[in-house]
Formats: sequence, structure tokens, C-alpha cells
Amino acid sequence: MEMLLYTALFSPLVGSLFAALFSTSKKTLIAGVIPSALLFLSFISSAILLTHVLNGETVQVEMMTWMATGNLYIPFGFAVDQVSVTMMMVVTIVSTVVHVYAIGYMDHDAGFNRFFAWLSAFVFSMLILVMSDNFAGLFIGWEGVGLCSWGLIGFWFHKEVATWAANEAFIMNRIADLAMLIGIFLVYWNTGTLQYTEAFAAMPYLDHSIVVMMGVFLFIGAMGKSAQFPLHTWLADAMEGPTPVSALIHAATMVTAGVYLVVRANPMYDLIPEVGIFIASLGAFVAMFAATMALVNRDMKRIIAYSTLSQLGYMFVAAGLGAYWVALFHLMAHAFFKALLFLGAGNVMHAMDDELDPFKMGGLKKSMKWTWIMMTLASVALAGIYPLAGFFSKDLILEVAFVEHHYILYTVLLLTAGLTAFYSFRLVALIFHGEERHLEHGFHPHEAYKFMLWFMAPLGVLAVIAGMVFKSPYFEMVTQLLPRTEYHIHNPVVFWIMTIGTQVFVIAAIAYAYSKYKNAKIDKKTEEGFFYQVLFNQYYIPQFYEEFFVKPYRELSSILWKQVDMKIVDASVDGIANIFYKTGVNTRGMSSGNLSTNLKWMVVGLVILLALAVVFAVIVQNGDAVISVLHDLGAI
Amino acid sequence: MMEIGLSHYLILTTILFSIGLVGVMRRKNLLMLFFATEILLNSVNIGFAAISYYIGDFTGQMFAFFIIAIAASEVAVGLGLLIVWFKRTGNIDLDSMISMKG
Amino acid sequence: MFEAIAFYTFSFLTILMFSITVMTSQALYALTAMAAGMIFISAFFFMLSADFLGAIQIIVYTGAVMALYAFGMMFFDTTREVKEKIQNKNIVFVLGTMVALLVVAIFMAPVVSENIHALYPIQEGLGNTEQVGIVLFTKYLIPFELAAIMLLSAMISGIVLAGKKMDNSLTLMADEEIELMQEANEKVNS
Repeated sequence: MEMLLYTALFSPLVGSLFAALFSTSKKTLIAGVIPSALLFLSFISSAILLTHVLNGETVQVEMMTWMATGNLYIPFGFAVDQVSVTMMMVVTIVSTVVHVYAIGYMDHDAGFNRFFAWLSAFVFSMLILVMSDNFAGLFIGWEGVGLCSWGLIGFWFHKEVATWAANEAFIMNRIADLAMLIGIFLVYWNTGTLQYTEAFAAMPYLDHSIVVMMGVFLFIGAMGKSAQFPLHTWLADAMEGPTPVSALIHAATMVTAGVYLVVRANPMYDLIPEVGIFIASLGAFVAMFAATMALVNRDMKRIIAYSTLSQLGYMFVAAGLGAYWVALFHLMAHAFFKALLFLGAGNVMHAMDDELDPFKMGGLKKSMKWTWIMMTLASVALAGIYPLAGFFSKDLILEVAFVEHHYILYTVLLLTAGLTAFYSFRLVALIFHGEERHLEHGFHPHEAYKFMLWFMAPLGVLAVIAGMVFKSPYFEMVTQLLPRTEYHIHNPVVFWIMTIGTQVFVIAAIAYAYSKYKNAKIDKKTEEGFFYQVLFNQYYIPQFYEEFFVKPYRELSSILWKQVDMKIVDASVDGIANIFYKTGVNTRGMSSGNLSTNLKWMVVGLVILLALAVVFAVIVQNGDAVISVLHDLGAI
Repeated sequence: MMEIGLSHYLILTTILFSIGLVGVMRRKNLLMLFFATEILLNSVNIGFAAISYYIGDFTGQMFAFFIIAIAASEVAVGLGLLIVWFKRTGNIDLDSMISMKG
Repeated sequence: MFEAIAFYTFSFLTILMFSITVMTSQALYALTAMAAGMIFISAFFFMLSADFLGAIQIIVYTGAVMALYAFGMMFFDTTREVKEKIQNKNIVFVLGTMVALLVVAIFMAPVVSENIHALYPIQEGLGNTEQVGIVLFTKYLIPFELAAIMLLSAMISGIVLAGKKMDNSLTLMADEEIELMQEANEKVNS
């Protein structure tokens, strides 16, 4: 059992180090194949662990002591329980697929080996994050994925946009991580431990306001990682990274770490329902907010990124309302179909020579049949049509909101479901249907490599069946750890009206999207409209940040640089150096080798020593008087 | 004032010692430097003899003897070295001795 | 009364002589003034009833040391005026004065004089020379012998350094030159 755990955890690390060995050399296929194989191994181990967990056996190991100072004891402890095994499965499945896909996708890239080093390192960090049994380990993984995300967003570092986006993501995450660190400190300060079980066991006895503070600070950390408003801008910009990265990190795994944190800390959030309501409200707001931005965007990957943001909002609604298992379930389902969607988008990008504007595509279903099928499948799943994954997970969240009597949240989420369907199929319609507009731009689309398609297939299958097949066994398993809350609408009439109503609404949205964008007529009048402009400019939030945070900060920095750094810090450092330099220059005469000068200096030394002797004698003689004088002066 | 005590001798000693120090610092001729060191040693001798007399202890006088021995040795060795130096360079000016320059 | 007059007179003379030694530019004046100063110092020893020390002072300094210096001066031909570049006169005097003041301050401190006890008290009824002899050959026998050895070695080193062949001193020669000289010596010996 322990062996399996270590295999699952450390094979990505081995893969990463292996690929890193080749990181500066030319592309070698082996640098991609070996990490992928090791990840597959990790996946197998996770799957075996899953069977154990399904039988009710959880594993907890303490690999070694990390810190033991005074009362602080933090081991490198790992736990495989119902929650973490779910995350492990999601992470390993998606990352295995993405790795193999990337072998094809990054085929012509000069940084092929480096890419796999980063990607496997990311998976390792993510596994640490989900498998750790204490907050410290979680934080290590948390920072690890942040670092790898930075490296992968800025993978094409010769593009200035990419490095800018990488830095933006990193800095935004650091802001949030500060809050998270404060949260962790609070936990340690008040419970005296960082182990999940012990900390959560101690929390009911704490002051309510303290627990609220912990919850809020930890959630701010989660907001950063899961790109919730107002720290959301980095996610869309992060699309500058290679598409497999977007699929793995910015859709399926890393951004869901925030949700995972809230789910993991469920005993704490159960104690503070008011924070939960806030989380849910923010989640609903972000779901709507992101979906509206996705409506008008003209960048394929950004649309999918906004969709991710929107779905993360859904997850937070569920988590905030106490339906942790629902949140985790949607996380899992979403990971599958969103990764698929991104990989499909990657195929399209490849075919179109990295063109991202869907208005320049169209009619691609002829040349890219399989990609079309899979992306449509993923979009349908995302829209939540029965019987695909999204229906079971997303509609469940709607039900949760309804049953918990949060009708405003319910309405917002329902509307968002419609918007989701609309923008998803706007994208599909623009890319795959209608006239072949790309011909006039001189593109010659071609289908991706066969093996890439083959490896995308499992995700496609999962996107279809994840909801239907996995729901009940998953529920049985995970509710051994999470609160076993079931959400049933007791009135069958209401239930059916709701379900069918939602479906009809969603289908209508899809149909409208098709009809409107099949021919990709750009409606000038709408585009010039106020709302369109607001949405297209992402509510002017990036501009707002630029104006109100970045520019003043730059001004302040420049003032500090010129006034404080140059005139005080630098000057004092230079001054100290100058003192020594000048002393050296001026005392050079002392060692001229002239005996007479030396003798004079010897006498100077004698004078100083004699003076000291006198001073000390006086002090010793009048010890008490001197002390009292010093005391009066306040020196002692 | 008329009663001569230990302090008088010690002050005299100090004055002579300072004269010696001034000589050491001022003189550039090596031979003169030796003269100045003789003054230093002798001034200390007076101090020892005075202390010996006023405390009523012989140790001071003993030290004075040994200092005289040291002074004699110093003159012997010093003059020898001086001669060697003079033979090599032709002068005994302190300012010309700068081989210890760093 | 008599003692005071003697003390002040000799003090004045000693200080004057030594000042001349330090200040004059004529080497011969300096030598003569110092010899005079040494004799005046011996007067203090007699006043302090250290007769033997006074006698030694006259014999050693005016007899031996001064003779040595006189020979040295003849050797160096320093009767001609010594040109001395003297800069910063004031610094020299300021330093000298400061040392004097500080040392006086230290000597005047009560802590010094109060803590001194006689280890070998001067006994009544014995002459100074006799007492010196007793103490020197009992308590200070080993230092005395060491001083004797020191004087011997100083004498030898004086002879070696100032000796005839010292124009090629071993201490100032390079290793190769020494080897050459040794070879030459071996040839002469064989």
C-alpha cells in the first residue's frame, strides 16, 4: 500500500528530473515518452489505491520528519483517503492524456524536453498538494504548482506577452498566497497543529470569530489559485502558454486546487455557514460574470478559459452551500470535459497555424472530423445535456441551490447555464460549421496525429459516462469522509419541471447560438453597443487594475527608487564604502616604510593606551558615581 | 615644595622620558635616535631608584641594574648593526630606510 | 633644604642637557650633552642613597657607552652637520607633552602608591653596596646570570657585526653568494 502511494507520488518527479536532464539538449523523443510512461505508472498506482479506498481502506503514511522544533512538529505525511484519491485519479488521468498529447503537440517545438520537465514537475507538485495530510505540505504543493504554472505560462519566453502573463499569474497568486499563509498561521496558532484531522477536531472549541478569520483567509488563498473575482484576470492571460498546459493546469487541475482546499477544510467551513454563503455568492457571481465575458470574446482559448472560470464559480457555490461532495464531483467531471475541450482547441490551433480567432475559421468539420466530434461532445457535456457528465454534476449544483432555498443563486446559475450553452456552441459553430472562411486567410487545416486523437478518446469517454456511471459509487465512497447530504426535491412535479425546464432552456440556447453564428455574420450594430463593448473589454477590469494598481505602484516605485533607494540606501552603502576607502587613502602614509613615521604612530598608540588606562582607572575608582551619572542620562 | 618626595622624582622621570620620546620622534639620524633611547632608559632608572628609596625596597635598584645591562647590550648590538648599514648604504638617515615599505 | 636645592639644580641641569641632546643639530654637542646628563643623573642616585647604582651609572655610561658612541661617530664622520628634514614639529611636542601628562596622572593616582609594599626592605646598619650584593646574589641570582649571558652575546654580536669581513654580511647576502664564498673558503682551506 505504502509502496503504491510512493509510486504514485514520486514517479512524476522521476519523470521530471529525467526530462530535465535533457532540458538544454535538442529534442529527444525519449524525454517525452519516459515521463508519460511514468505518469501512466502513477495513474495505475492511483487506480489500485482507488480500489483499496473503495473497499474502505485508507492509507496514511509519514515519510519522514520535516520540521520538529519545540512544539512545532510537521512531518512529510501523506494520506490517501476518499477525497484525495478522487483528486489523484483526476490529476493522473488528465495529466497522462495531456502528456501523451503534448508529445504530438510540442513536436516541432525547440523546448520539447524542457516542457516535459516542467509538466511532470507540475504533476508532482499537484500530487503533493492533494495527498498531503497537513497544511504545510499542502502549502508546499500549492507553491510548487504556482511555480510550475509560471514556468509553463511563460514557456515561450521569447514572447513578451507570455512572460507578462506568467508574471501576472505568479504575482496575483502570491498576493492570495500571503492571505493563505496567514490562514495557515492562524490555524497553527490556535490549534497548535497543522495536521488536518487534529486541527479540524480542535476547531469547534475555538472562538467563532477566530474560525471565521481562518476560513476567510484560507478562502482568499483559494480565490487566488482558482482565479475568483477580483483575482481572476490572470487566468485568461495565462492562455498564452502552450495549449496542453491550459488543458492540464488552467482547466483540470491547478485552478481547482482552491475548490479542493475548501472541500478539504469542510469541517471548518461547516462551523462558519456565513462564510459559506459568501463563498457561494461569490461563486455564483463569478459564474455569471465569466460567462458574460465568454459571450463576446474572439479568442478561442480565452473563451474556454472564461468558461473554466464560470465552472469554478459553480463549484464554489456547491462548496459554499455545504454540498462538498457535489463540488468535488463537478470538479472531476469538469476536469474531463474541459481538458478535452482544450485539447480539441489545441488541435484546431495546430491546424490553423496558431490562429485563435474563431471568426477566421469555420467549416472545419470536414477536415477535422474527430476533433469536431470530441469538441462537440465536450461542449454538450459542458452545457449539461442529459446524459453527459455535465448534466449530473452541474444540474446537481442547481438542485443544491434550490433545495437550500437560495433562489437568487439558483436563478443566477440557471441563467449562467444558458449562457454557458450559448458561448460553447457559438465557439463550436464558428469553428466547425458554416463556410470555410479560413481559406481566404490561406490556412490549410489538417487533422492532428492519430495517437493524439486516440489519447483524447478516454477523456471523451469519461466526459460522456462520468456523470451517469460514476455518480452513485462516487457518492458512496466520498461521503464516508464528506458530509452525507443528499439533495432531493421532494415534490416530483417541481423536480421534473425543473429538470426538463433547464434542459429545454439549455437546448434553446444552443439552437440560438447555432442559428446566430453558423454563418458568422458579424453584427456591427451589436458590436458597437455599450454592453458588447463592456463585455469585450472584460468589464474594463484589466484597465482598472492598470490604472489604479499598476500605475500608482509604478509611480510609487519610481519615487522610492529615486528618493529612497538612490538617496538613502545607496548613499549610505556608498558612504560606508567611501569611509573605508578614504581611510585607506588617507592612512596610506602610515605604512610608507619610513621608520620615523612609524615611531610617531607608535607614540600615538602609546598616548591612546595611556588615556584608556586613565579613563578606566577613573571608572574603576568612581564606579558608583559613573553609573549614577549614566543612569541620570538614561544610558543604562 | 621644599620637602622632596616621590612625586617630585616621578615628575622628573616623566619629563625626561618625554624629552626622550620627542627625540625618538624628531631625530632622523640613527645615531641620535640611539641617544634618545638612552635618555628614555635613564629616565626610567631614576624612577626605579626613587621608588626603591621611598618605599624602602631594593627591587627598584635591582631593576635599574638590569636596565643598565640592557642599555649596554643595546648599544653594542645597535652600533654593530649601524656599522653594517653604513657600510652598505653610506648613510644612516632614517628617511632612507624605507625597505619596509608595504 | 639642602636636598631640595640639590634636587632642583640637578633636575634643571639634567633636563637642559637632555634637551640639548634632543634638539641640537651638532652631533658632537649632542654627545657631550648626553654624557653630562648621564653624570647629573648619577647625582640623583647618590641623593637617593643608591651609591652603588650611581657609581655604575658613571662608569658604564660615561666610561663605556659614551666611548662607544664616540668611536661610532668617528666612524660615521657625523661631526659634520646632520641635515634632518623635520616636518610637523608641533605634533612631536604635543605627543610628548601628552605622554608626560598622562604618565604623571597615572603616577599621581593614589591607587598606585597605596598598593606598593616592600618586598626586600632596606636594612639598617648595612652599606648600600653590601645590601645590593646580598640581594643581587640571592634573590636575583638567575636574572643576574641571564644578564651576564645577554651581555656576552651582545658583545659577540657587536664583534661579528662590526668585524672586518662584515662588508659581506651573511645576513644581507643572497644564497648563491654565500655558496660561492663557501667554495672559495674550501679552496683556501685545502
